[in-house]
Amino acid sequence: MSGHVFHQGHAELHGITVVVETNGSRTYVGRYDSQDEQGVHMLDVGIHEETAAESKDEYIKRSAKFGIRSDHKHLIVPASEVARVTRLGEVFS
Amino acid sequence: MPYNPALVAPMRAEVTRLGAKELTTAAEVDAALGDQRGSMLLFVNSVCGCAAGNARPGLALALEHSVVPQQVVTVFAGQDLDAVFRARQYFAEYQPSSPSMALLRDGEVVHFVHRHQIEGRSPKDVAANLTAAFDRFCGASVAQ
Repeated sequence: MSGHVFHQGHAELHGITVVVETNGSRTYVGRYDSQDEQGVHMLDVGIHEETAAESKDEYIKRSAKFGIRSDHKHLIVPASEVARVTRLGEVFS
Repeated sequence: MPYNPALVAPMRAEVTRLGAKELTTAAEVDAALGDQRGSMLLFVNSVCGCAAGNARPGLALALEHSVVPQQVVTVFAGQDLDAVFRARQYFAEYQPSSPSMALLRDGEVVHFVHRHQIEGRSPKDVAANLTAAFDRFCGASVAQ
């Protein structure tokens, strides 16, 4: 079963843990599912607010080291808010 | 709901044939991790092909290394629910993800490989991550 993929036909990032940075104060970390006119659909998502005591970089670094504390099972980040989508594994590993 | 056991059987076998002991109940997990001594790798197996499809062959490559953990055990996420739940209690500071791997030494997690560190990586990359940890934590001087 090595290398077997159950998600053929999906977007390149489908199933990949990503960091979605926005034009606003929120950053989302979770599994990328898909993207449509509504925005980026994510699963098992943690959210960071820029106003939190912990900085965005600290939050992402902690998520990379200890995993993602999921706040939402499914969430859509509105397309108009998405600034950048990056693989978590490429940010900190 | 767990996947069809027939579907996951080859994925289980891909790990157990490497010598990993499969833990399918909470009691088996406690027996293995409860008073853990020396070095042990716990592999949280998974159906998802996005990452597990590279994690298993990565593990296989890593276990060919000259320095390896004294024990290798495995639980199967989404299948052996009680065993996985119990196993995760032994490394509760790490959020659940699967596949994932925890390297323990004398009951302490000394290295953890999350799903996001496997996704999109080749088996060789996964193995390199593991073997670096084996060299650091599983050598004779640190794991008697």
